[in-house]
Amino acid sequence: MRRERGVSLGRKLIVRVPYAWLLAFFLLPFLIVLKISLSQTAIAQPPYTPVLDVAVGWHGLIPFFRELSFDNYILLGSDPLYLLSYVKSLEIAAVSTLILLVVGFPIAYAIARTPRRWQAILVVLTVLPFWTSLLIRIYAWMNILQRDGPLNEVLMALSIVREPPVWLSTDTAVYIGIVYSYLPFMVLPLYATLEKLDESLLEAAADLGARRWKIFWLVTVPLSMSGIIAGVLLCFIPIVGEFVIPDLLGGSRSPMIGQTIWIEFFGNKDWPAASAVAVVLVCLLVTPIVIYQNQAMRAVERE
Amino acid sequence: MRRLSAFNVAAILLGIAFLYLPIAVLVIYSFNASRLVAVWGGWSTHWYAELFNDAPLLESAFISIRLALVSASVATVLGTLAALALVRFGRFRGRLAFAAMIYAPLVMPEVITGLSLLLLFVAIAVDRGFWTVAIAHTTMAMCFATVIVQSRLVDFDLSLEEAAMDLGATPSRTFMSVTLPLILPAIAAAWMLAFALSLDDLVIASFTTGPGATTLPIRIYSEVRLGVKPEMNAVCSIMVAVVGVAVIAASLLAKITGARGAGRI
Repeated sequence: MRRERGVSLGRKLIVRVPYAWLLAFFLLPFLIVLKISLSQTAIAQPPYTPVLDVAVGWHGLIPFFRELSFDNYILLGSDPLYLLSYVKSLEIAAVSTLILLVVGFPIAYAIARTPRRWQAILVVLTVLPFWTSLLIRIYAWMNILQRDGPLNEVLMALSIVREPPVWLSTDTAVYIGIVYSYLPFMVLPLYATLEKLDESLLEAAADLGARRWKIFWLVTVPLSMSGIIAGVLLCFIPIVGEFVIPDLLGGSRSPMIGQTIWIEFFGNKDWPAASAVAVVLVCLLVTPIVIYQNQAMRAVERE
Repeated sequence: MRRLSAFNVAAILLGIAFLYLPIAVLVIYSFNASRLVAVWGGWSTHWYAELFNDAPLLESAFISIRLALVSASVATVLGTLAALALVRFGRFRGRLAFAAMIYAPLVMPEVITGLSLLLLFVAIAVDRGFWTVAIAHTTMAMCFATVIVQSRLVDFDLSLEEAAMDLGATPSRTFMSVTLPLILPAIAAAWMLAFALSLDDLVIASFTTGPGATTLPIRIYSEVRLGVKPEMNAVCSIMVAVVGVAVIAASLLAKITGARGAGRI
C-alpha cells in the first residue's frame, strides 16, 4: 500500500516538475508579451503602462483592463516599414527554404544510397558544423565575402569578374548564410525518410518502363513527403525570425522581422511596439508550428 | 549491391566541401600574421598569444562555460523527466498541452523566446544576470534534451524492466539499475547538445542578461558587428577546435559503449 503511494508521488513529480517549468518560463512569458503589446510606452521603469500591481488586489484589474489599447497594432498596420519587414522575412524564408530543399535533397539521397557503414560517418559529418556556433559560422562567411576576401580573389584569378563584386550587406549574402547554416536541418529529416525507402519499389517502376525522372516524381518524392515536410518546417519557421544572419551579412536598409524586434527593443527602447511585432510574428507562424508539432509527435510515436 | 552514380558522389563531395570550407578558411586566417585579415602576411600564432592578454574576453569565456555547465545539467534532468512523462505515462491530463510546449520552442524564433523571457523577468522584478540567462538557456535546451531522450525511450525494450520487477526489484531500483543505464547514452548526448546550445547562444542571452554577465557570444558579436578582426578569428578557431574534439570524442565513446552494450545483450 505504502509502495503504491510512493510510486504515484514519484509519477506526479516526474510530470509536474518539467510541466511547471514550461508553464512558468514558456507559456507565462508569452501571456506577458501579449499584455505588454496592449500597453503604452512610458518613460519609466519598466518602460510601459499600465503595470499590473498585484498588491492592489482584484479590484485593480478593472482600471488595468480599461487602460489596455490596440494602439501598437494600429501603428503596425499604418507604418509600411513593419509590413515591408514581414513581407521581406516571409519572402527570404520561402526562397531560402526552396533553395535548401533543392540543395539538400541530392545530398540526403546520395547519403542514403552509400554503403551502411559510410552512412553513419556522412551523417556525423553533416551534423558536425551545426555543433559549432552559428555566430562563428556566419563570421567565417564575413571573412570569405569581404571585398578582398578569398571568394573575390578566386573569381578574379579565374577572370570570371573584372571588378570585385560587393557581397556583404546584400540579400545574396543573407541567402548564402541561411542556406549554409540550415543545411543540416534540411538534410537530416530527408535522409531519415529516404534511408527507409524500399528500393524494390524503384526497381518495380523501372521494370515497368518508367523513366528516371518519372520514377523520381511519382515514387521517390511522394514516399519521402514526411521528410520533406519536416525539413521544410524545421527550416522555414526559424528562418522567418532569424536575427544573426541578416544582421551580420545583410544590409541595414530593409531589415527582417527579427531585426525589427531587436531594433525596437534595444535601439528605440519601445517595448510595447517590440511586443506587438512579436505577437503578430507568432500569429503568422502558429499554423506551421502546429503542423510541425503534430508531425514531430507522430514521428516519435510511430517508431 | 547499391550503386553510386557520379551525380551521387558529386552531391556528397560538394555538400561536405560547402559545409567545411568556410570553417577551414576561418582557421587558416587565424594564423595570418598580417593585421589586415584579407592580406596574407605569413604564418603566425600572434593572435592566439594576444588573446591571453584580453582579460574581458577570458572572463566572458569563463562565464559562458559556467553558464553552459549549469543550464545543460538542469536541462538534462528536466528533459529526461519530461521524456519519461511523455513516453511512459500514457494519456495523462494535459499531455497535449505538455507536448505542444516541448515541441514549440524547438522551432520558435529566438528573438521571441528571448523577448518574452526578458519581459517575464522584468514583470516579476528580478535582477538580470547570470541566473536569468541560465533559466532562459535551460528552458530552450530542455526541449532538445526531451526529444533526444524520448527517441531512445520509445525504442526501449519494456520486457527488461518487467524482468527486473518480476525478480522483486522496486520501481525505483528498476529505474536506477535497468532503465537509467540503458538510456544513459541518450542522456549524455542530450547534455552535450544542451551544453553546445548554451555556449552558442547570442540572441536569448542578449535579451536576458544583465550587468556582469556578458557571455562569450555577446562579446564576440559586439566585436565583429563592424567587420572582421584577426583576434576574433583566433577565438572562433579555438571554439571550433574544442567543439570538434568533444563531438568526435563523444561519438567514439558512444560507439565503444554501444558496441559493448550490444555484446552484452
